[in-house]
Amino acid sequence: MLFEKVRDIIAEQLDVEAEGITMETSMMKDLEADSLDAVEIMMALEDEFGVSIPDEDAENLKNIGDIVNYLQDKIS
Amino acid sequence: MKRVVITGIGAITPIGIGKENYWNSLLKGNSGIGYITRFDTKDHDVKIGAEVKDFNPTDFLDKKEAKRMDRFAQFAVAATKLAIEDGNINLDDLNKDRIGAIIGSGIGGIETLEAEVNRYTDKGAKRVSPLFIPMMISNMAAGQVSMTFGLTGASMTLTTACASATHAIGESFRMIKHGYLDMVVTGGAEASITPVSVAGFTSMKALSTRNDDPSKACRPFDKERDGFIMGEGAGILILEEFEHAVKRGATIYAEVVGYGSTSDAFHITQPDPDAKGASRAISLALEDGKVDYKEVGYINAHGTSTYFNDKLETLAIKNVFKEYAYELNISSTKSMTGHLLGAAGGIEAIATALALNTGNIPPTVNYEIPDEECDLNYTPNIMVKKDIKYAMSNSLGFGGHNASILLKKY
Repeated sequence: MLFEKVRDIIAEQLDVEAEGITMETSMMKDLEADSLDAVEIMMALEDEFGVSIPDEDAENLKNIGDIVNYLQDKIS
Repeated sequence: MKRVVITGIGAITPIGIGKENYWNSLLKGNSGIGYITRFDTKDHDVKIGAEVKDFNPTDFLDKKEAKRMDRFAQFAVAATKLAIEDGNINLDDLNKDRIGAIIGSGIGGIETLEAEVNRYTDKGAKRVSPLFIPMMISNMAAGQVSMTFGLTGASMTLTTACASATHAIGESFRMIKHGYLDMVVTGGAEASITPVSVAGFTSMKALSTRNDDPSKACRPFDKERDGFIMGEGAGILILEEFEHAVKRGATIYAEVVGYGSTSDAFHITQPDPDAKGASRAISLALEDGKVDYKEVGYINAHGTSTYFNDKLETLAIKNVFKEYAYELNISSTKSMTGHLLGAAGGIEAIATALALNTGNIPPTVNYEIPDEECDLNYTPNIMVKKDIKYAMSNSLGFGGHNASILLKKY
């Protein structure tokens, strides 16, 4: 459920197909996101989940799985 | 000194996308002016503009690229793509270090600016997009063109309000003439039909308020003119060193032979009452091309449809051309396209080149009531067939920036 939501936000932001995205997918290496995309994605995630993601945390969120696990901890 | 020719044309205009559509509309006298649809004008005194219709950025760009560009930069890239296709240019065969992008934009990404100011006001500083700055800055007209097409020569945007594109073309001409580049993508791009921008121009009393009759609102040189009409779009020309063009078998539309650039140094919005700056720009372009004024057959005027511009541009033409001014064909194609501000000189240089190339002079539409202060031949309402050897295009910008270019039939 959480994975699907994160996947769809990222797919929308980067204009890629959601189907190909897995927990192991890297935003930068696999989806060719640059640093500006990463900031936009973090903003969209913050809005969607009502959380604040500090820059020092955002730097460690490389794969979709990192994001899902991070948000799981934040929300619960 | 190198010779410089025009070998490619790309137009994104309120009266058509692509060279053929644009040119056919100009010769027919079609108006691109209507009610503004890009935002709700209920609080605005001005409700009319010349919008580019049926522009789909993804016809020219992939979705992600398009999302990262303000509309003015999308126009610049789209018009460049059309110009490169029109010029049959295979960039991979050419030395891209010797190809530049010098493009005018008077305002830059004001739609993005307004959206992000609203976001800041509504949601706070932490919600301002990381794409705000790279989408808004006006240099992205040239920056995005260079990036999209891999052009690694000089790349810059010139900003001189409504004279931006003509300055860009003139400076590109010199770059090639003096041997710095072989080819330049030049002209202008603008997309400023936005709520705050229209409100600002309205407060200046620069715009026509003839809301009840949009297609008649832009009336350059007519006695009942009451202001200009905001337009948008891009006009891109490929300028190329003559031998380079001949070597690749290019189609040559016209030759660029002169450029004049001056300042009124007078007032932030009003033209000099003696039109000294505009007159000198025209004279300098003639001197630069070593052309006698009696050889000029057509002037594509700045002709904005404001009281001051049209009166003082007429005076400038008379200052330079003396009695011969009455023999010239003059027209303001803004009567059909509206005023594309920093892109105006781009689409108007295209019109000037095609007038030389085809022997057809586009008209000034809505010319009905003569004004004793504007008593030249403005090619009223109907196109004219006339074989001409030289033609000029003038652009005059807020801030007192004047630019004229002189083209020669090839």
